[in-house]
Amino acid sequence: MSHSTAHAAHHPALQHHFDTLEQQQNASTLGMWWFLVTEVLFFGGFFMTYILYRWMYNASFHEASHELNVWLGLFNTAVLIGSSLTMALAVRASKTGEKSQLVMFLILTLLLGSVFLGVKVIEYSEKFTHHLVPGAHFQFHDATLKNGAEIYFSLYFGMTGLHATHMIFGGFVLVPLIVMAARGKFGPAWYTPIELFGLYWHFVDIVWIFLFPLLYLM
Amino acid sequence: MHEVRTNELDSSSAPTTPAVHYLNATHGAASWFFTKDHKRIALLYLYSVSTFFLVGGIFAMLVRLELATPRGDLLSAETYNKVFTAHGVVMVFFFLIPAIPAILGNFLVPLMIGAKDLAFPRINLASWYLYMTGGLFGVAVLVMGGVDTGWTFYTPYSTAASNSHVVLTALGAFVAGFSSIFTGLNFIVTIHTMRAPGMTWDRLPLFIWSHYATSLIMMLGTPVVAVTLMMVVLERTLRLGFFNPDLGGDPVLFQHLFWFYSHPAVYIMVLPGMGVISEIVAAFSRKPVFGYKMVAMASLGIALIGFLVWGHHMFTTSQSVLAAVTFSFLSFLVAIPSAIKVFNWTATLYRGSVLLDSPMLYAIGFIGLFTIGGLTGLFLAAIGLDIHVHDTYFVVAHFHYVMVGGTLLAYLGGLHYWWPKITGKLYSEPWAKTSAVIVFVGFNLTFFPQFVLGYMGMPRRYHAYPAEELSWQVLNVLSSAGASILAIGLFLPLIYLTYAAFRGRPAGPNPWGAYGLEWETTSPPPTANFEVTPIVTKPAYYYAPEEH
Repeated sequence: MSHSTAHAAHHPALQHHFDTLEQQQNASTLGMWWFLVTEVLFFGGFFMTYILYRWMYNASFHEASHELNVWLGLFNTAVLIGSSLTMALAVRASKTGEKSQLVMFLILTLLLGSVFLGVKVIEYSEKFTHHLVPGAHFQFHDATLKNGAEIYFSLYFGMTGLHATHMIFGGFVLVPLIVMAARGKFGPAWYTPIELFGLYWHFVDIVWIFLFPLLYLM
Repeated sequence: MHEVRTNELDSSSAPTTPAVHYLNATHGAASWFFTKDHKRIALLYLYSVSTFFLVGGIFAMLVRLELATPRGDLLSAETYNKVFTAHGVVMVFFFLIPAIPAILGNFLVPLMIGAKDLAFPRINLASWYLYMTGGLFGVAVLVMGGVDTGWTFYTPYSTAASNSHVVLTALGAFVAGFSSIFTGLNFIVTIHTMRAPGMTWDRLPLFIWSHYATSLIMMLGTPVVAVTLMMVVLERTLRLGFFNPDLGGDPVLFQHLFWFYSHPAVYIMVLPGMGVISEIVAAFSRKPVFGYKMVAMASLGIALIGFLVWGHHMFTTSQSVLAAVTFSFLSFLVAIPSAIKVFNWTATLYRGSVLLDSPMLYAIGFIGLFTIGGLTGLFLAAIGLDIHVHDTYFVVAHFHYVMVGGTLLAYLGGLHYWWPKITGKLYSEPWAKTSAVIVFVGFNLTFFPQFVLGYMGMPRRYHAYPAEELSWQVLNVLSSAGASILAIGLFLPLIYLTYAAFRGRPAGPNPWGAYGLEWETTSPPPTANFEVTPIVTKPAYYYAPEEH
């Protein structure tokens, strides 16, 4: 614990209750990983529900999934994987201290995230016009499958809605990170926030990688 | 660094209070409401959790008053439903779950491992604000008229039939849940990354081990109940169907998801209590805890098995026989690590120089009550017996023995044990001993008759019972009388502990002559906990060997 340099020990980002930046970074990283574990379980409740109802209403789910626009979903999947790539490049740029690249990649990540959410808005509004939103106005072309289809769309809105909420939250975190990056706060000695936000962003991406086939393709 | 402690308290020099400590280092309301000091945050929790305890206790007294007579003459059935719901929600989510981790854990985890603070002080403060926000939602619901679902929010009643305050109540529990997740996260990261030099895993105090295990449950269980409550809210507000059969959903799914958290939640309540008891038993027997490693591993064992037993809440649902038998077996299994702890505390007491100070009285009370609670848990794990006593007062008595007899007594014991450290002052020992005895007597008089009532068939959650069952009334009157005695026993500490905080004699760093890092620093500790980072060279509970 005592092998870090005197320069690092007096870094402005070092908080008073840690001895070294290394210790602080270990704590932050461990904290982020554990937070992501809780996130997995948070989404896990929805996935459990999906599995159960998929089994109960297989035919309805199959039929209802045809109502989704696979091409928009596929486009969004590509957008999101792209944003994961720009985020990874941003983390790399923060480690090597390339400030302008870091700012650029963070802005690109924010833009791609916004595109994803924009497409989501289009998809949601389509569901409203086709009366596919659960509730009093829900209609389904095959009356025998209506109950299961309604559950399917409850899950669709619940799961993609929770995912989109995570995207929106990520966007709100990205803005101050971009400002901090532009002011040169990050460099090889300290890039923890960028790295941890990267973990969060990849997690949100991975959730979608599961949501897309479950909701659009099966 | 550590001196080997002897049995005699240091009486050569009168103890003094340090001039500057965490309580008086800074002044003003802002220095408290924006503090990042884990010790001050612990006190913020102490005030708010105690307030909720008082609120929950008032509702408990209303329940007992109503049941003193067979006729439902004090409260209407509807009001009674709201009263026991309020009692349950407040006590479970706002007292029992946060009490020991958020107050004692917050105060002691960094002190016991020789750290300056928790790893994430701002998240720690944020979790108090989350707790308060959740609590305010709950209070708002009470003001607006209350909910009648019971604390379990069973669907489809909660989503289709009950009033719409369910949404706000569920949101309150949801937000308080995040407070719990963040507290657990903070403890785990702190224990992993911030231990003082020499504080290896096999030297950790058992209080730390039990908080480590508790934090695991908080983090792995709470998100599941959070998303479940979110689904209830979505079903209620947007009519997204998940649990309502009218919408094609399955209410039993709600029960699975709910109990996946809510059974482990019992261990969130009782595991920290076990950690407190280990500390007290060692300190007042002047011996290392017998089988330290087994006790530590038993904490993790309880956390692990605790996740696999939720189905015993569902023996009377559509669950398959195979599932029921499996859950029954696993429920029996969880008794093993619990029993290990009880046996090892007893073995620690054996041939120790036992001092019956007030924390020790609470600890011995805990061991007795927890044993009764645990053994009656075995009754409920047996499918046939469970079906007989399902939803009767037997269940009510059982979980009150575990959750109140266990958690509350450990909390009170811990509060007394560390009160000199928290405030730097000594309280009146005779008063403390008196109240410990009153609590024990009042508790048993309240809840033991309920085992009999339940066995005789009195169902829970009813505001009246048949007048011709005279024995039911006798037992209910005993129970209500016990509740009044218990209330007195719980009220006394409020008075003498508060009095001691202002007028008590200075405690000195180590009034009990106990062993552990928290007793090495001043009482109250400085803001940074230790003047110099301690270096640990001895195992936990390094009490002097007995001389014969």
